[in-house]
Amino acid sequence: MSEGDVAWVELAASLVLVAVAVALSAWRRLGLERTMVWASTRAAAQLLLVGSALTLAIDPDQPIVWSWVWVVGMVIFAAITIRRRAPEVPRLFPVALVAISAAAAVSLGVVFGLGIFPIEGRTVIPVAGMMIGNAMKDAVVAARRVVGELSDKRHEVEARLALGQPWQVASRPYLRSALRTALTSQIETTKSVGLVFLPGAMTGLILAGVDPVDAVLVQLALMYLILGSVATVVTVVGVGLTRRLFTTDHRLVRLPRSTS
Amino acid sequence: MVDVVLEVDGSRILDGISLAMAGDGISVIVGESGSGKSTLLRLCNRLEVPTSGVVRFRGVDIAALDPLELRRDVGMVFQRPTLFPGTVRDNLRVAAPDAGDERLRAALADVGLAASFLDRVGDELSGGEAQRACLARTLVTEPDVLLMDEVTSSLDPRAARLLEDLTVDLAQRGVAVLWVSHDLEQATRLGDDPVVLMAGRLASAEERAAFLDPSTGCDL
Repeated sequence: MSEGDVAWVELAASLVLVAVAVALSAWRRLGLERTMVWASTRAAAQLLLVGSALTLAIDPDQPIVWSWVWVVGMVIFAAITIRRRAPEVPRLFPVALVAISAAAAVSLGVVFGLGIFPIEGRTVIPVAGMMIGNAMKDAVVAARRVVGELSDKRHEVEARLALGQPWQVASRPYLRSALRTALTSQIETTKSVGLVFLPGAMTGLILAGVDPVDAVLVQLALMYLILGSVATVVTVVGVGLTRRLFTTDHRLVRLPRSTS
Repeated sequence: MVDVVLEVDGSRILDGISLAMAGDGISVIVGESGSGKSTLLRLCNRLEVPTSGVVRFRGVDIAALDPLELRRDVGMVFQRPTLFPGTVRDNLRVAAPDAGDERLRAALADVGLAASFLDRVGDELSGGEAQRACLARTLVTEPDVLLMDEVTSSLDPRAARLLEDLTVDLAQRGVAVLWVSHDLEQATRLGDDPVVLMAGRLASAEERAAFLDPSTGCDL
């Protein structure tokens, strides 16, 4: 076992921190003790289950197709999660599914097509997971902002439509604003990386004993991958959703009031 | 408009409206808030479509017309003055991207605004000036019909009268106007024979007479 490895005993020791959180909750009477214990237990069960499945999926003796099946499952689950997190956004699931699929195809195509990482189970699943996980939260922001902008500025949008502008033109300023908002978070994260925080993959590699410069190179490749995929997902969700919020005869459909 | 019904989420907003609008002058629709006046107006430029019934423009079902061309022929000014970010020139160019300054100045002159307004930012204008700039923006498309949706409701009486006078002037110059209002005095001032809308339907002869009779003390 190398210095960075965590065995069952060390994992049990880390539960001391959960105990500290539970004790703090009890002391301040927050009423979160049971929730914290349940969340910690559930996380352990989920990750152990996923770890066991991953052991099979990334086994070099198993066909690579199982890794791709895993990725497809992640894409579908991500689209379902996006829809659940933005229930007020109409017609979101198919748009989210197309967006995540497009981002996965583009980013994984670049990463593996250009040989940045080898096509192996141990690279395909974690890289796809990182890309999809990051893109998911910004897709939710994009969907909410598109609906929020078009709902809040409905009077402006309809004034543009009434002047004879097609929906593609009438919606442009509001779509642009929504996309900028949704992308800003990832751009700021990319700008501040290393100065404010050390990202997870790099931290994990360093903990596992990898040379920091090598860890940085891997992290940079992943960050660019994430930035590209987030931009793809946000754009596809924004454009796709906007398309679905207008009728073919250039009317804005009825929208829920903005929640953002 | 023939037997038009509009339902939204199971609620009937307009209930069997049949009426014809003159091809010139000012036609007025009056009714209380929530009677469906604005919705009826929005049917005329296809910002809404009827659940059943037909809306015709020059005898043709508007469902068969290109909505973008229809909206340039049937311009609309909304209740709330809505200028887009930027200058008045930027706003007019949204309606007519290729228009030169001469055409833009003419549109401003039509609504009684000086050419210097072209460089004014929308946020700097008073409510009355902003609404007139919105009217100019609609006129740049050279519409045959003008839909005026309670356009004076947020203006002071002086600005409201100015806008009424401008509309009368436009009507005399050949633009057919459909004016919607909840203000009974204004309605009778602008139109000889206002249509009265009540709870999404046309008022009966008795209801209409009572509604338009000032002695009944109808308070809108």
